[in-house]
Amino acid sequence: MSSEKIIPHSEAATKFNKDVERVNWHDETLWFVRAKRDKSAHQIADWELLRETASKIKNNVLSNIHDYLVEFEANAQRNGIIVHWAADAKEHNEIVHSIMAKHDVKQMVKSKSMLTEECHLNDYLAEKGIEVIDSDLGEYIVQLRKEPPSHIVLPAIHLKKEDVSETFHEHLGTEKGNFNPQYLTESARHSLRNTFLTRKVALTGVNFAVAETGEFVVCTNEGNADMGAHLADVHIACMGFEKLVPKREHLGVFLRLLARSATGQPITTFSSHFKKPRDGQEMHIVIVDNGRSKQLGREDFRNSLKCIRCGACMNTCPVYRRSGGHSYHNAVAGPIGSILAPNLDMSKNADLPFASTLCGSCTNVCPVKIDIHDQLYKWRQVLVKDGYTPTAKTVAMKTMAKVLANPTIFNIAGKSGRFVMKNIPGMVNNKMNKWYDQREMPDVPEESFREWYKKNSRESKSKDNE
Amino acid sequence: MKIGLFIPCYVDQFYPKVGIATYELLQKLGCDVEFPMGQTCCGQPMANSGYAHLTKGCDANFIANFSGFDYIVCPSGSCVLHVKDHLHDENQEDKAAAIRNTVYELTEFITDILKIDHIDGRFPYKVGMHVSCHGQRGLKLSQMSELNAPFFSKPEQLLHNIEGLDLVALTRKDECCGFGGTFCVTEEAVSVKMGQDRIKDHESHNVDYITGGDMSCLMHLEGILKRQKSRIKTIHIAEILNSLEN
Ligand code: SF4
Repeated sequence: MSSEKIIPHSEAATKFNKDVERVNWHDETLWFVRAKRDKSAHQIADWELLRETASKIKNNVLSNIHDYLVEFEANAQRNGIIVHWAADAKEHNEIVHSIMAKHDVKQMVKSKSMLTEECHLNDYLAEKGIEVIDSDLGEYIVQLRKEPPSHIVLPAIHLKKEDVSETFHEHLGTEKGNFNPQYLTESARHSLRNTFLTRKVALTGVNFAVAETGEFVVCTNEGNADMGAHLADVHIACMGFEKLVPKREHLGVFLRLLARSATGQPITTFSSHFKKPRDGQEMHIVIVDNGRSKQLGREDFRNSLKCIRCGACMNTCPVYRRSGGHSYHNAVAGPIGSILAPNLDMSKNADLPFASTLCGSCTNVCPVKIDIHDQLYKWRQVLVKDGYTPTAKTVAMKTMAKVLANPTIFNIAGKSGRFVMKNIPGMVNNKMNKWYDQREMPDVPEESFREWYKKNSRESKSKDNE
Repeated sequence: MKIGLFIPCYVDQFYPKVGIATYELLQKLGCDVEFPMGQTCCGQPMANSGYAHLTKGCDANFIANFSGFDYIVCPSGSCVLHVKDHLHDENQEDKAAAIRNTVYELTEFITDILKIDHIDGRFPYKVGMHVSCHGQRGLKLSQMSELNAPFFSKPEQLLHNIEGLDLVALTRKDECCGFGGTFCVTEEAVSVKMGQDRIKDHESHNVDYITGGDMSCLMHLEGILKRQKSRIKTIHIAEILNSLEN
């Protein structure tokens, strides 16, 4: 799945757009979620204050991350949790595997954790002969289809119920052509129930970890994290180090923001607190860096570590809604993914910061006030400077810069075939004029404004030129 | 009050009528307007493509042309935003700063500096307002649907009192049209789809005109409308305001 050749965003999005009905459906479904978010966010008088507060708390966390991590580790250990540190994805996967190996267990039930997607844990464990079942319904569906999730909160949002029906028919033996969501959900539930009852190891993600108490919170709507964790002998929780909040009292701020931003719910159905293993259970926490400290060190991009993975920036992003999550070829898609991905690998993800119109809607919905579109702009500058753009584009841009810096050349170029239309905005480096595929070119006027102005400027005051 | 008229390069070359409307409108509103002939482009297309380091020449040229005015006014939110956010020159930073602080988008200049809250006249058509992202979310010309805050809109305010002008309420009132500078060709499929969807919203409200403060968005929408052979026309807000008989 993960080692496939990367298709650039624009190419994948072009493919996605071939099926107009599906794009419309994808767009409208996610817009519906955005509208629900608006409704519930706008009901809270102090919404903007809440965002500001959350942003400041996270600022504090990022500025003192070392201390909070040490505090968290000590408290978690005191609670009887075994704490592991992973520098990168590989180490994370090895740690998880070593815990499985120690208990000689070959099966795991997992509840949605984007971090394990980021680390490609499923592939890694599969190679070691370990079967992983994702228990979140959406995640379960994409797993059966051998696809990665396309959205961090709604992993199967790119699929219609017809697709799900087909998948379940193939893998779970459900009735062909039965699209009834109730029937389909119930079939999945039956199949998953058996999984929960037989798994010895459960892995969950972490939404928030509290430094002060050494506990962590997992938010789900299906209760599947609890089912897995409560029934298993071993609970492994994996978290990126930025998931910390200093104190318990800060949870209220984030829990209020998270669900409203994600789906418009006041709060997720389950916000489960895990503090210590129950008698006879083993509880592990794997704290992962995997590029995070590098991002923390990049001043322009450190804010991206405030992200609480609500997905609101994806739902509001007009580009995401019309290109689908898979076009971002990264575990975290959409606007925030486009900031996080180049940090992980610039050469693989150089296209992503350009997959945006910089409209800024993402920045406005973000519950922790990440300056998402400004960071996308800044990534573009970094990627160009570090040489991740096609040479032809650079040559074109250099020419353009020269022409535009010189009024005389500009005017000559403008007259001879309207330089601007050919070169800006967008015709750069394009023999096959992509503008014209589905759009008419503007009419070419008889004279430019400056030509008109030369003739009409002063006297125009006295006569009506309309 | 001396006003420097900043006409974006593509407006100069392709939409001179928008430049003319802006120039005439400002004069009607009592301003002393001058178009510095040496101006070219603000450098935005390069900066947004990641080549901000190549805009030094543009910046210097911009400063040479626009220093010394009381205000600089431009009928394009995105170009104004670029200048406001990114115009710098290490050799003459004070001049750059002065420009950044006095550059205004046309409608905000009318409402905030000239303190004119409506312009009388008649425009008997159904009009949809395309809110451009850089004007709205960048320059904050109007309230953004994402935020929990009271509504306001500088451009709409100017249209509200025009006789016969029926300003429709769009379903998605501030979604991006998909122009996005070079995005419109590098991400052609998504760009066009976004434009088509914006148009559908206006269409479903049966508008005669789509107006807005950014000719680049309107150029993109116009390109699609023409290809669809639609009856809907695009018109820059300066053209509406300048066409009013008063
Ligand atoms: S960047 Fe902000 S809006 Fe996007 S997922 Fe993270 S917290 Fe949510």
